[in-house]
Parts: sequence; structure tokens; C-alpha cells
Amino acid sequence: MNVPMSAVERSNVFYDLLAKFAPAGVPTWVLALTAAGVGVGILITFVSVLAMFSVWMERKVSGHIQCRYGPMYVGGWHGWAQSLADGIKLLSKEDLIPLGADRPLFMLAPAIVLASIFGALTAMPLTPSVYFADIDLGLFFILAMSSMTTIGVVMAGWASASKWSLYGAMREAAQVVAYEIPLGLALLVPLLVVGTLNLREASELQSGWYGMHWLVFQNPFVFPALLLFFTAALAETKRAPFDLPEAESELVAGFMTEYSGIRWSFFFMEEYAAMFLMSVVAAIFFLGGFESPVTHLAREQFGADSPIYQATAGFVLLLKAMFGIFLMMWLRWTLPRVRIDQVMTMGYKYLTPLALVCVLGAGVWEAIF
Amino acid sequence: MSSESRGSIHLDEAPRTLASGEREFMLDVHTQDLEVNMGPQHPATHGVMRILIRTDGELVTGAQPHLGYLHRCAEKIGENVEWLQYLPYTDRYDYLSAMNNNLGYSMAVEALMPGLEIPRRAQMLRTICVELNRIGSHLVAMGTYGLDIGAFTPFFYAFREREWMMALFEKICGARLTYSYIRIGGVFNDSPPGWLQEVERFCDVFEEKWQEYYDLLVVNQIFVQRTANVGVISKAMALDFGLTGPMLRGSGVDFDLRRDMPYMLYGEMTKQKVFDVIVARGEMGTLGDCWDRLYVRVVEMMESIKQVRWCLDNIKPGPVLGDIPKVLRIPIGEAYVGIENPRGELGHYVVSDGGKIAVRCRVRGPSFVNVAVLEELLPGTLLADAVAIVGSTDVVIGETDR
Repeated sequence: MNVPMSAVERSNVFYDLLAKFAPAGVPTWVLALTAAGVGVGILITFVSVLAMFSVWMERKVSGHIQCRYGPMYVGGWHGWAQSLADGIKLLSKEDLIPLGADRPLFMLAPAIVLASIFGALTAMPLTPSVYFADIDLGLFFILAMSSMTTIGVVMAGWASASKWSLYGAMREAAQVVAYEIPLGLALLVPLLVVGTLNLREASELQSGWYGMHWLVFQNPFVFPALLLFFTAALAETKRAPFDLPEAESELVAGFMTEYSGIRWSFFFMEEYAAMFLMSVVAAIFFLGGFESPVTHLAREQFGADSPIYQATAGFVLLLKAMFGIFLMMWLRWTLPRVRIDQVMTMGYKYLTPLALVCVLGAGVWEAIF
Repeated sequence: MSSESRGSIHLDEAPRTLASGEREFMLDVHTQDLEVNMGPQHPATHGVMRILIRTDGELVTGAQPHLGYLHRCAEKIGENVEWLQYLPYTDRYDYLSAMNNNLGYSMAVEALMPGLEIPRRAQMLRTICVELNRIGSHLVAMGTYGLDIGAFTPFFYAFREREWMMALFEKICGARLTYSYIRIGGVFNDSPPGWLQEVERFCDVFEEKWQEYYDLLVVNQIFVQRTANVGVISKAMALDFGLTGPMLRGSGVDFDLRRDMPYMLYGEMTKQKVFDVIVARGEMGTLGDCWDRLYVRVVEMMESIKQVRWCLDNIKPGPVLGDIPKVLRIPIGEAYVGIENPRGELGHYVVSDGGKIAVRCRVRGPSFVNVAVLEELLPGTLLADAVAIVGSTDVVIGETDR
């Protein structure tokens, strides 16, 4: 089996490391597969830790918004190990499958949900030169993969053989169809400005102006597009005020009513991974990606290949993504939930036309200036 | 998946008409009807009420509330224990406003004792406790209604103040939920030193915090969109169903027992224009919608504060319990006394044959009457609206089932 040279050339740091130390005669595809395996392993660990941190953060944020502390005991310092303890509890819980459920589909659904979101995250660079897959159609790949979670959710709702779950699944299907369009259209606006779907390149192209050449500052139509994207991303990730598929006061727990233990935690992890993914996309395509004055300074001082610059860039991206997650949490604990017809009205009647206007405006602006 | 459920109760075909023309597009889509049990264990039914709803997609086409999961024979117990012994049972029907229940029962029994005089300080303490309890009850109503709509935070804000209110009650009677503080003939004991000052501090803080609820929940744009024009009860319908309390005033009927059939000190307060009766005006949508009912409850809390303040200004030292014998023997007679509970008119009808035990003890619970309107309101709404409407009736299942 021959791996095209272009793919090898554009491989990641893990591949380079392996290639350096591998004994002679090992075919490249073995190296590539090993590198991919290592990368995916690191990615899964990274996202799991991140999801656990986000859960802890969500509880802290909600606690402080609601005049309480949130977890304070497990692990000592501000309950930092609470998520870990909850994870262990979920792992050790009995695996329940309802009697009337469609067993294969019921078991497959959480796997599809989690696998698709992990798949989408493989296109995400951790730092400018540490990444797992450098895909030219990176953004397209992310949108395609993250849309697949819907299939898992609908599958879960249908297979649970519970009427509440079915309502949740139907809501999810309707909601995602309505919000994929404004989500994609809103992303077209920065794409018109930056001209690439590759996440690393998009970030690299925003490095001017001492690291403040962000896309939101390049074109007046990108900022409204950011707001539209954020709104659509909330609906896409099933976060309040668009958490209708799981609306606990209406549908008990929506599509995951019948799930428990580890399977339920898959859905839970997917929610936080999706939040992270959407925040990373927003950070890279609207808010400068790795770039910031600090990153600029690090590159000036230490050079683009130095670990210090790489770490700074990665940290800046993480910070931007965490801020996006914090905004989502803030909204969740402040706003009531909208009704399904209002969700549809907002998606089709307002967000989509507004996003189209933004695309048109950005295009005209780019053509003129 | 089949919608056939064993032992399903047949609902009459409900007309697929909608209150607002906005959602008529739903009518073109016909799907298989699903019969769903909302409750007895469902987050939105506030207890163990069960509503059997039939849905066509998201559209509710029929609804039937089923009660009785929390039936504890309260009225029958009232006919088997001594007059004073029944008092703790009254705490348990509307557990969010136990003081009011105590008062209703005590006043019904006192109506049968012509010679009995309730000391003025006792009446003042009664009013303070009852109104504080009304605030606490409306706080829960508001907070849980926020939960129904999907807003979590107002619930915690509401409980922050309710916690203080319960601490106040704990100081005066030792209990936080089931007080049995208001007794036949007065109140159980005098307020501890410093208690009245703390109530005043509570009033000061509450007035400040009240604005938070108002801004965060009541006039929140999403909240208004979710509740305005939803579950509209017309004036005529409210009167036909015998609704009382905020449910009635939310439909624009200007009626409050405290003003219109005054009892205790409320007549005096009405003369001095201490408080207003809050009546909805349909500001955000149609008169009588869910928003109006919540609005009445939230604004009413401030009126309760005014009443408490009036009592604090006028309270003087004195006895707190009238001349009541250890073993009560109530003269022959019958009496009905209705008082304004947070949820409406709580009526007690008691009959005495001159003995130590009531011959008849009948309770008219406001939640029980108010919940009847659901069967009429729910058909033609969306599932999420159904939750909003059930929440806006503010039923306490302990009282509907008693």
C-alpha cells in the first residue's frame, strides 16, 4: 500500500518523531498508522480531561451565578476531583437497557455520537505545528462530522422506546436542520475574508498587526456573522436557551431519558466536546486563532519553531475556546428556554436571511477594498 | 413504535383549534396521536399529579388531570380527632403556606365560639406570619415556574430569601415548614426578643431583592414570549370555573377576600389603604395569560411587605392567646370561613354538636378548584405550553388531594 507523498510530507510531529527513531525498512504506512493511533489516543485523553474540566467549570459557574459555591469537598481544593468521582461512579453503574428498546440501535447511538465528535476534533490543531490531521477542507470536515451527532441522537430517541425520548429526538432533528443553514452561512463570511478552509492556515493569515489582525477586525460584516454563528452553535450543541431535545422540565430528559451509566456519560461528554469544538471554530475563524499580542511577542523573541512559542499559541487558543464555553454557560444559567416554534421561527425567518445579508455584505466589501 | 397503551383512558376528540393563529401550520401535519402520561413522576407536575395528554406531534389535543396520588384523608381525620389535635393536619395540605392553613381552620373554629376574643397582639403576629408565608409561597411559585420555563437561576434566588423567611419562622415557632403556630384563640407563643426587628430587616432586604426577580425573570424577553398569550383564561371562564386568588386576579377580576370580605385586621388595613389588590391588565399579551398570573403573584409579594410593615408599626405588647380551656368543647353550630390563601380561597366548613370532636370538617382547597381549568386550557397548545400552563396554575398536590 502506497501512501501518497503529499500526505507524508504534510504529516504531523508524531510522524516526524517516529520517522526519526524508526529502524530502517519499516514502511511509511506503518509509521503513519502508528502516528495516527498515538494522535487519536492523545486526542481522546485531551478531550476527556477537557470535558471533565468543563463539567466542573459548569458547576462552579452555575454555582456562583446562583449564590452558591458548587462542589467544594471532593479532592480538597474547590472540589476539583468532583468530575473524576462522578466519572468513576458512572463507569461502575449498572448498564440498563429497557425491555422494549431496540438493543443494537440503543447501544450504537452513544458510540456514534461520541465517535463523530471525536472525528471532528481530529481536524483541530493543538498548536501551530502540533496537530493530528492537516486537512485542506478542515472546516468542512468539522461541520460534516459534527452533524453526524444528530443521527446518533435521533437513533437514541427512537431506540429507547419511550415517548419522551421520541419527542426529544424529533426536536433535535428539526432543530439541527433549521440551524445547520445559518451556521454554515455565518461561517462563509470569515471564509470570504480569509480564503481558506484549513484551520492552521486561517490562523496563520491573521498574524499581522502585532497579532491582532483578527478576522472580526478585517471586515465589518464578520462581527455580526460571529453573533449569528454563536447563536446557531448554541442550537447545534443543544445548549440553553435551545436545549429543547433534552428540556428536562418538559421531556423529563429528552432523548437520553432511558440512558444511564457509561452510555449516558457518552452523551454528556459529547455535549461538552461539541461546545469546545464550536468555540475553537469560532476562535480560529473569527477571533484570530492562535494569534494575539502575546503570541506575536513569543514568536518575535523565540522564533516560530521554539517550544515556548508553540505552547503560548496553544494556550491562547485554549483560552479563547474556554471563554466561548464560559459564555455558553453564562447564557444557560441566565435565560429561559424558548419554545419549539420560536426556535424554528428564529432559525428560518431571522438567522438565515441575516446570515445571507452578511455574506453579501462581506463579499461586496471584499470586492471593493 | 405503537401508540397503543394498555388500559388507556379514552379521551373525547378535541377540536384542533388554536388560541393564536400563529401556529396554525401545525394543523396541516397529521401524525399518529400519542397518549402520554405526564406524571405522576414528571418534573413539571410539581408533585404527584398525573395528566394524561394526547398529542399530535408537539400539539396537545386532549388532556385529563388525574388526582388522588397524595390523598391522606385529611377531612376524615378532622372528624375523628379533637379540635386542637387537627391543627397539625392543616399544615399538611398546602405545605407551602402552612400558616395560612392554620389561620383558616382556627378562624372557622373561633367563629363557633361567640364569647372568645382574640388579643390584638395575636392578630398582629398572625398577620405578620401569614403574609410572610404568602411571600414564601409566591417565591416558590415564581421559582418553580422559572424552572418550568427553563430558567434555573431565579429558583435559587427565590430560595435565598425563602430560607431567611423559614429561619424567621423557626425562631418564632421552632418549625420550618409545618408550623402549627396559629392556634384556636390566638397564637402559640409570643415572638422572641429581637424577632420583630429581624422581620423589619427582612422586609428591607426583600424589597431590594425583589427587583432582581422582576428584571431577571418577569420582564425577561424570552420568558415573556413563552408565557404571554399562552393559556388564556377569560374573565367569564375564570368565574365559571370558580377560580380564586391569583388565578382569578390574573384574569382581570378585581376580587380579594382580604379586601372584599375582610377578616382579622384586613378591614382596618383596607380603610387605611395600606395595600392594593393587584389585578392583571394583560400588559404583555392577552388578559388572563400565564404571564399575567405570574405577574400578579410577583407584585403581590410587595403588597404583603406593606402589610407586614403596617403590623410592625402598630404592634404593641400584650397577651397572645385568648381564654381557651385545655379541653375544647365547641358550642353547637356550623360555620364556614374562607380566607385568602396564596393560591386562592381556602374555606373551612366545620359543624359541632357541642362535643370535643367535629361532626363535619370540610375543606375547600383552592388548588383543587383551580386545577380543573387544565382540562379546558391544555388542548390546542404545544407540549412546552402545556408545561407553562400547568406551572402557572401553581397547584400544590398536597392540597388538591388532601
